[in-house]
Amino acid sequence: MTTERQSQINFHKIDEIMASYEYKKSNLIAILQQVQELYTYLPEDAMTFIGTKIEGLSPATVYGVATFYAQFSLEPKGKYKIKVCDGTACHVRGSMSVLNAVKTKLGLGEKRMTTEDGMFSLEIVSCLGACGLAPVVVINDKVYPQMTSDAIGIIIDTIIKEESN
Amino acid sequence: MGKMIINGKECEFTNEANILEVIRKNGFNVPTFCYRPDLKDAFGACRMCVVEIEGRGIQSSCTMPPQDGLVIYTNSAKVRRIRKTVLELLLANHDRECTTCDKSGSCELQKYAEEYGIKDVTKYVQRKEMRPIDDSSPSIVRDVNKCILCGACVRACNQYHGLQVLGFANRGANTVVQPMAGRALATSECVYCGQCVAVCPTGALTIKLQVDDVWKELNNPNKKVVVQFAPSVRVAIGEMFGLEPGVNSTKKINAALKAIGFDLVFDTNFSADLTIMEEATEFIGRIKNGGKLPLFTSCCPGWVRYLETEYPEMLDHLSTCKSPQGMMGAIIKKFVPEYYPEITNENIVSVSIMPCTAKKAEAIRKEFRREDGTYEIDYVLTTQELGRLIKSAGVDFNALEPINADSPFGKYSGAATIFGVSGGVAEAAARTAYQMVTGEELKDFVITPMRGTNLVKTVELDLKGTKIKVKIVNTLKEAEKCIEEIKAGKADYQLLEVMACPGGCINGGGQPQSCDDLSIREKRAEGLYEDDATDEWRKSHENPEIKELYEKHLEKPGSHLSHELLHTTYSDKWKKLYKNVGND
Ligand code: SF4
Ligand code: SF4
Ligand code: SF4
Ligand code: FES
Ligand code: FES
Repeated sequence: MTTERQSQINFHKIDEIMASYEYKKSNLIAILQQVQELYTYLPEDAMTFIGTKIEGLSPATVYGVATFYAQFSLEPKGKYKIKVCDGTACHVRGSMSVLNAVKTKLGLGEKRMTTEDGMFSLEIVSCLGACGLAPVVVINDKVYPQMTSDAIGIIIDTIIKEESN
Repeated sequence: MGKMIINGKECEFTNEANILEVIRKNGFNVPTFCYRPDLKDAFGACRMCVVEIEGRGIQSSCTMPPQDGLVIYTNSAKVRRIRKTVLELLLANHDRECTTCDKSGSCELQKYAEEYGIKDVTKYVQRKEMRPIDDSSPSIVRDVNKCILCGACVRACNQYHGLQVLGFANRGANTVVQPMAGRALATSECVYCGQCVAVCPTGALTIKLQVDDVWKELNNPNKKVVVQFAPSVRVAIGEMFGLEPGVNSTKKINAALKAIGFDLVFDTNFSADLTIMEEATEFIGRIKNGGKLPLFTSCCPGWVRYLETEYPEMLDHLSTCKSPQGMMGAIIKKFVPEYYPEITNENIVSVSIMPCTAKKAEAIRKEFRREDGTYEIDYVLTTQELGRLIKSAGVDFNALEPINADSPFGKYSGAATIFGVSGGVAEAAARTAYQMVTGEELKDFVITPMRGTNLVKTVELDLKGTKIKVKIVNTLKEAEKCIEEIKAGKADYQLLEVMACPGGCINGGGQPQSCDDLSIREKRAEGLYEDDATDEWRKSHENPEIKELYEKHLEKPGSHLSHELLHTTYSDKWKKLYKNVGND
């Protein structure tokens, strides 16, 4: 997966993505998915650009679609994307305490789901299909089974240590 | 074609779009929030219009097509219960501060809550979070705490302009109607036409009022307050005082304004005549000198702002003439102190009364700022606000003795008064352009193909050998098609008249609310054409005050002084709006 962390948006690339989908309104979701892949989230200017380039859309309507579907994020994601499963099995086995541990440790909360330094972002997801290992946490595609609040704390500490070296 | 039984009455239908229309046509009323007869894509958002149909249960009448043999009850106990629940749920989630709401008295939510006897909504979860009010726009106030998510504004902005400034965002309980990413309206592509306000059933979208500011000036003994009012105001204001739409109240408005305490009352129709003199001259000049064509009319600030934001590369097509409001503002501040010794540059206040919310934004364009920092127009009131002003002054509108406007700058021709309706500017321009080109008077100066409610009209004119083609559109969606046509080199016309509002200013966003009855705008248009038919002068160049103004001051249309006072410039507003977008 290519990710670009830059404040400046590459409108050429976005234009190429739109072109590959023939600038069609009906392809909006696919276009947004590609843009999100590029930036880890949907930057506001990118949505505006798409809304003004594609016939039949506007910035407001693109924003509407982006905020309607849970798969889209309006905030940049961290280098480490932590997904805490809160599906039924994980919930029953204590995913909330794991979640709260992550929040407290990284200072995240209601509105803020990415750390200031861009290192970690947190997402709550529903069933990852690994219920046998509940509660499950996934960090950048790596699955961590049977999490506890202590265990997740240690994992995060390890990452921080690795990063500071 | 077919028959339905509505509340026991046999009712015929023909080509009505839905059973709601048939029900209403037959004298039964059904409450609605989201349905507006002019908005095409009804999607049944509010469920207020439900009716009971035998064998089909409860249906929303605004989305159901008529069918032969339906047996409909519009007011059964079940239907009433559902409507009551809808109202209770809406009110529970509503900022119920009616007393301080600008829509109070004309709010449909308030009206139906009253009609359905809603007394207590505390059994439902109450709205807690209050979101900030957006009053960034000079024309419109957005208060999402009053929004019932009916979507009428979203549909209006899309259907008329394709702009989709407002859209639904988020989902479920967090759904809001807002501009892109919750931006302030003033930083969106909004052109301030107010058509969204005109269809909003609640206080979520309202006109930004300046009535109190104007009262302050009127009450200040050191100020001289001068006022002008636009063509369409005269055929709509009566509706706020029980008169039929289309009744011409020009002279009553003059009297009302004097009674309220305005020092001088002028008519924007005078400057509409002036606009024609300048614009016809500009048009002929462009034809003769190979200037940029087609020429775009510039009297609608909604249209002007649209070009400035969406198509800045087309601005050289736009007439440099200020709108009639703008011209009158310039004339007032320049010449009134010369004509009236008691009025000075320091004590003059210039107010205008417009059918239009976009005129409020036009008045504070940087191009209309004077050297001393004041604007040529200090306050803009809409027709609705004029109604409020008259009522709050305790003036009995219907009992007023009609009087004339002040002179000079108060007389007008029939050509000026039809500016208020789509096609009117082109017709007025044709009457004078003919004379300017041929030196003769146009005999058949009532140009019927330019009239009527169509969104698009194309008319060919023969100025004794000089053939010109004129295209007339209303709504910006139609205007956009013209621009694309021009860009593709497919336009064969030389003049393009655009008004943003469907039908023109008679149906402007500042007029008394009329969106549920499409005949109202037609009656207002008839009122203006009737005014034209009975006016002493029918062509702008015949107006004696116009002649005098050129003789005494301006010399001739297009003169140096004319340009200084009556013409303006435009700028690319897109860059300002979305600074970074599209630039790597
Ligand atoms: S004022 Fe006109 S342009 Fe602006 S949001 Fe409303 S309908 Fe759209
Ligand atoms: S702002 Fe008004 S018209 Fe728009 S959705 Fe809300 S209530 Fe309906
Ligand atoms: S058509 Fe008339 S009322 Fe509507 S925005 Fe233009 S000037 Fe204003
Ligand atoms: S519920 Fe968490 S993996 Fe299924
Ligand atoms: S009026 Fe029919 S659903 Fe709103």
